[in-house]
Amino acid sequence: MMTFLQQADAAAAAPEILLAVLAMVLLMLGVFSRREAYTTVASGAVIALVVAIATVIWGTGSGKVTAFGGSFIVDDFARLMKVLAMGGSAIAIILSGRFLGRVGMAKFEYPVIILLATTGMMMMISAGDLISLYMGLELQSLALYVVAAINRDDAKSSEAGLKYFVLGALSSGMLLYGASLVYGFTGSTQFTAIAATLGATGSNLGVLFGLVFIISGLAFKVSAVPFHMWTPDVYEGAPTPVTAFFAAAPKIAAMALFIRVLTGPFAPVVKDWQQIVVFVSLASMVLGAFAAIGQTNIKRLLAYSSIGHMGYALVGLAAGSDEGVQGVVIYMLIYLLTTVGVFACVLAMRRQGRAVESISDLAGLARTNKGLAFVFSMLMFSLAGIPPLAGFFGKLFVFMAAVKAGLWALAIIGVIASVVGAYYYLRIVKTIYFDEPAAAFDDMDGEVKTIAYASGIFSLAFVVIAQPLLSLATAAAMSLH
Amino acid sequence: MIGLSHYLTVAAILFTIGIFGIFLNRKNVIIIMMSVELILLAVNINLVAFSTALNDLVGQVFALLVLTVAAAEAAIGLAILVTYFRNRGTIAVDDITLMKG
Repeated sequence: MMTFLQQADAAAAAPEILLAVLAMVLLMLGVFSRREAYTTVASGAVIALVVAIATVIWGTGSGKVTAFGGSFIVDDFARLMKVLAMGGSAIAIILSGRFLGRVGMAKFEYPVIILLATTGMMMMISAGDLISLYMGLELQSLALYVVAAINRDDAKSSEAGLKYFVLGALSSGMLLYGASLVYGFTGSTQFTAIAATLGATGSNLGVLFGLVFIISGLAFKVSAVPFHMWTPDVYEGAPTPVTAFFAAAPKIAAMALFIRVLTGPFAPVVKDWQQIVVFVSLASMVLGAFAAIGQTNIKRLLAYSSIGHMGYALVGLAAGSDEGVQGVVIYMLIYLLTTVGVFACVLAMRRQGRAVESISDLAGLARTNKGLAFVFSMLMFSLAGIPPLAGFFGKLFVFMAAVKAGLWALAIIGVIASVVGAYYYLRIVKTIYFDEPAAAFDDMDGEVKTIAYASGIFSLAFVVIAQPLLSLATAAAMSLH
Repeated sequence: MIGLSHYLTVAAILFTIGIFGIFLNRKNVIIIMMSVELILLAVNINLVAFSTALNDLVGQVFALLVLTVAAAEAAIGLAILVTYFRNRGTIAVDDITLMKG
């Protein structure tokens, strides 16, 4: 056993192995402990994630390392994205505790399932083979289906889970059909071998069909139009901390996989996928901007907002250059850190111990809770992309990459969509500052407050701390070659 | 002589039936799950056919993994369906409309 692991260079996969083992240990702990074990298991899960982050940073060597015969790739890109995904999961677990306790949903299975989903995400990020891609994607998706339906006594939550399951299973099926075609027409499932074959012979109809199916499956996972239908329903139906989790870590992993697949095995046929990505990105930006306008539920509004943001991130990928990839990486980093703050603010929306979710509940928040009102507004400005907040720079980098790649129309429509999108973000700010005050919210929980404020400070101070983050993103983009 | 293209055609037909089964069916969620299984079956036929044609074992390994994952997926889907039925008392596709817009 040991020699097999050594032969396969399994040390590169140490963080994944660690997380999987710890998830099972925590599961056993939860099952066999006499009392309700939520707090123990949740703290254990956060510690496991922190240890795994440390292992990714210091324990996986440097430069590009491959394991399991090339099926598993660890490079700077994978390391950065894994740290982001695990950070998002850890924050989601921290945000969940008291909320779930209040609605009687604090079951120890929840952090365990999140750990397993995170393991799947890390496998997706490191995938170097169609098989490991599929296994990682399914490990993540199967865990996410369960998490969406975690509040099993609530009709909305189980409906969210059911919708997500049906559409998710369909998209996995399409991705898999695409993978089978690519395997058949290139003769290999390994990314490097596929790239070599495509580089030598160019694309043919079979590969093209496979490529389209794979992109459809991946577009579903990042919730890009036209495969976004599940997003608003799942965001609204799932309990709020679960929505916070959905909006953060899985998006990072799916976008990382999107980048890895298109710039890896399909790099030689960039002309073939570029137009598809341009269309998907355009449609997502426009739908995200217009469909959110009429929403009254804040979680539903954030769902459309996230569809729009995935559209902006894909602008960078559509550029098909290193700069574009760098833009996507920095965009996802900013998106993650802003989104967790926004959801922390949404979690603070409680009256008399009950969570409220409609935008009108925010009315006059500036007079009842100045700090929360300020942070919420700053995060909204950041999501709208108003300088000098963090969100502006994310958009700047992806649009610059698109312009440099000659995609003028895409960049211009993107800017117009973000102006339209600014309308609904600013409407929230207007509700917070200028409407007649509604009753005050309950006091914020300590951890929710910390995360919301930290995220607000990040989006304000991004200009100052941008340099090291930018060089990280550049290193990540360069490591994909 | 039955060759690769015949297998691919069968798989493509099964895949299409599966997709249509999901979108055209207005009656029952169980039928949707059967359609998903049909899609995965089409993929497996593809993989095994390619594997034989290319004389490469990887496709068959892939097919076995797909079978395993399909079983797990069906189990989770049915579990979610049971919780849904307990809450709503129905599994008709037309009734899955608590959230819209």
